[in-house]
Amino acid sequence: MTTSPTTPAAAPLDLKADVLVIGGGPAGAWAAIAASEAGARVVLADKGWFGTSGATAPSNTGTWCVPPGEDRRDAVERRWQRTGGVADRTWMLRTVDQSYRGLLRLAEWGYPFPRDDQGNLYIANLRGPDYMRFMRGRVLKAGVTVLDHHPALELLSDGDAVTGAAGIDRRSGADWRVEAGAVILATGGCAFFERTMGASGLTGDGLLMAAEAGAALSGMEFTGKYTLAPHGTTLNKGLPFRWASFHRQDGTPILDGTGEPLVNGIGGTSEKDIVRALLEGPVYARLDLALGALQDWLRRGQPNVMQPYERRGIDPFADLFRVELKPEGTVRGTGGLRIATHDCGTGVPGLYVAGDAASREDVAGAVSGGGAVNSSWAIASGWWAGQGAASHARRRGAPRRFRTHVAPLGAVGLRPSDSHSLDPRDVMAAVRAEVAPLDRNYIRSGAGLAESISRLDGIWARAIQHLGGEGRGRLRPREAAGGLAAARWMLAGALARTESRGMHRRVDHPDPQPGPVRRYSLLGVHRIEVEVLGAEAVSQEAAS
Amino acid sequence: MIEVVSSARCIRCDICVRVCPADVFRKDAAGLPVIAHQDDCQTCFLCEIYCPTDALYVAEAADGPIGITESEVEARDLFGVYARGLGWSKGRAGGSQFDTTQHLRVAQV
Ligand SMILES: Cc1cc2nc3c(=O)[nH]c(=O)nc-3n(C[C@H](O)[C@H](O)[C@H](O)COP(=O)(O)OP(=O)(O)OC[C@H]3O[C@@H](n4cnc5c(N)ncnc54)[C@H](O)[C@@H]3O)c2cc1C
Ligand code: SF4
Ligand code: SF4
Repeated sequence: MTTSPTTPAAAPLDLKADVLVIGGGPAGAWAAIAASEAGARVVLADKGWFGTSGATAPSNTGTWCVPPGEDRRDAVERRWQRTGGVADRTWMLRTVDQSYRGLLRLAEWGYPFPRDDQGNLYIANLRGPDYMRFMRGRVLKAGVTVLDHHPALELLSDGDAVTGAAGIDRRSGADWRVEAGAVILATGGCAFFERTMGASGLTGDGLLMAAEAGAALSGMEFTGKYTLAPHGTTLNKGLPFRWASFHRQDGTPILDGTGEPLVNGIGGTSEKDIVRALLEGPVYARLDLALGALQDWLRRGQPNVMQPYERRGIDPFADLFRVELKPEGTVRGTGGLRIATHDCGTGVPGLYVAGDAASREDVAGAVSGGGAVNSSWAIASGWWAGQGAASHARRRGAPRRFRTHVAPLGAVGLRPSDSHSLDPRDVMAAVRAEVAPLDRNYIRSGAGLAESISRLDGIWARAIQHLGGEGRGRLRPREAAGGLAAARWMLAGALARTESRGMHRRVDHPDPQPGPVRRYSLLGVHRIEVEVLGAEAVSQEAAS
Repeated sequence: MIEVVSSARCIRCDICVRVCPADVFRKDAAGLPVIAHQDDCQTCFLCEIYCPTDALYVAEAADGPIGITESEVEARDLFGVYARGLGWSKGRAGGSQFDTTQHLRVAQV
């Protein structure tokens, strides 16, 4: 094919900054603005193009938007009751507060919000393509240096603290390196190579990079989250299925647990019935509960959701179409890097985390934060991480900052001990085989988890020796390593939690354990140590 | 997956090559975007709405091309279908002030 490379000479790029933000979704965008407003020189590097990449850009995200006032505590309490007792009310309240400030900032900056029936701005919903394009503009206006198509591959450390990161220009294969006073990981969740909205770059890179620097993970067992989509498409968007009825191909209604026709794919216990039906055979849906104005609202409010139907020439309100449940890893799951400080520090000096890369146990608990909490968390955690990183960079002080010896921390998928003979696509397929099937991951069992762990441990051992690449070919193997590492943490957490709670469902332990709710903290890249944190430790941390 | 680049509509502005988050396109010698890494496409439809001339078409199938042709897309008036749904036009953002999702969120409960 006659293609011309975009960057002719593969010259390495070397930059210095106070704060380096890795990832350009909403969390990275808010982090960059906060750090920059705190006086830091900021570089933001994204794997794709900042504005179109990540889970928000192609979606339409509702926020957890509660105005200040007495009702806030009640709203937090109501939501907390649904978190399986895992979330923390203090964190929830601060998230509501900080994210609301963010939404007001957006209005102040002139983001084109719609108006409600009373003519007031309706700030509770952010349409992905518009929101992320707008945020790109704000970040550039703040003077941030943006590196598009510049995935980070590894962190740098001076032995005491994280002092930057290194990666590649994915087009030319040239190296880049940014030495920074502090680094914020805003690399999003891990979608385990699933073809869902905005997921192609969400491969767990940030989790692996941080763990290599000594950060812990938590909540990785809360990853049994799946969302309905028209079969064979990327549209994992649950909202329209609120108005769906479910059938077999010949139109026979599927019955729920009580013998009634199964409707409303996002409410109550219907999800379990859909899972059961899907394990038995193909399932079809029709959005025939959406009547009158609802159809128009769905068309105009969720134009992305309508694309598969428009393009296939079907009327979803009248025609049956096949559906599937798409696994969503930690994107709509909860797990991620464990937050150790109130400003979203990871506990590793100089390393901060925001958005889906962080564990959202504090705000979403054992249930999914998709639909409201996650997008608010991205705003709030981005803000705190940006401020935290800026003040860390300031404390480290300019003069001596870059004198110490700096070493790269990346290993598996980057620096194999032997050859490059392991195909990253085979690693990705092996990971998916363990984490995607409904009967392995929606419904888990101790024996099944142990089998998966042993198979993926075997691949990890081979990856240590044989997974790697050169030039631009370095990205895929490293992504494969990220997803493989994330899968191993997920399985370790799921095996450790011998109960069912929220989106962690164990057939061999079908009920929640009585007594204090625990958290499982995972440490280590090769050998994974599981530390059990009691309720006491959790609330103490939150108070600190 | 991205399937059609209409050379008749395309004005060789380079935008899709830059903004595709999965880095799917390359330019050929004449400046026309070429689908160079089709299997990397994440079917997000965003290149379509950023294109100032509605010259791109992304089929809904996630796992592989369906083989749709430019003339079929044209005949079924599918060029720019997502942009029209959003209220984006000529590659410029617009229409978020008419988002009706607020009604859905109320009706959802
Ligand atoms: C279809 C869908 C609908 C959703 N709807 C809602 C909703 O209604 N309400 C809600 O609260 N939440 C919703 N969510 C979740 C919400 O989109 C996420 O919580 C949010 O996008 C998280 O923001 P983030 O910045 O952490 O991650 P992302 O937006 O995913 O961005 C991560 C960024 O990191 C970049 N990156 C990854 N690895 C690297 C690397 N190695 N180097 C450099 N950059 C890297 C990626 O390219 C990407 O740009 C939805 C998600 C989906 C998929
Ligand atoms: S964005 Fe549209 S007009 Fe511009 S190069 Fe791409 S296809 Fe051509
Ligand atoms: S649909 Fe998305 S991933 Fe595919 S070519 Fe267009 S912008 Fe790129």
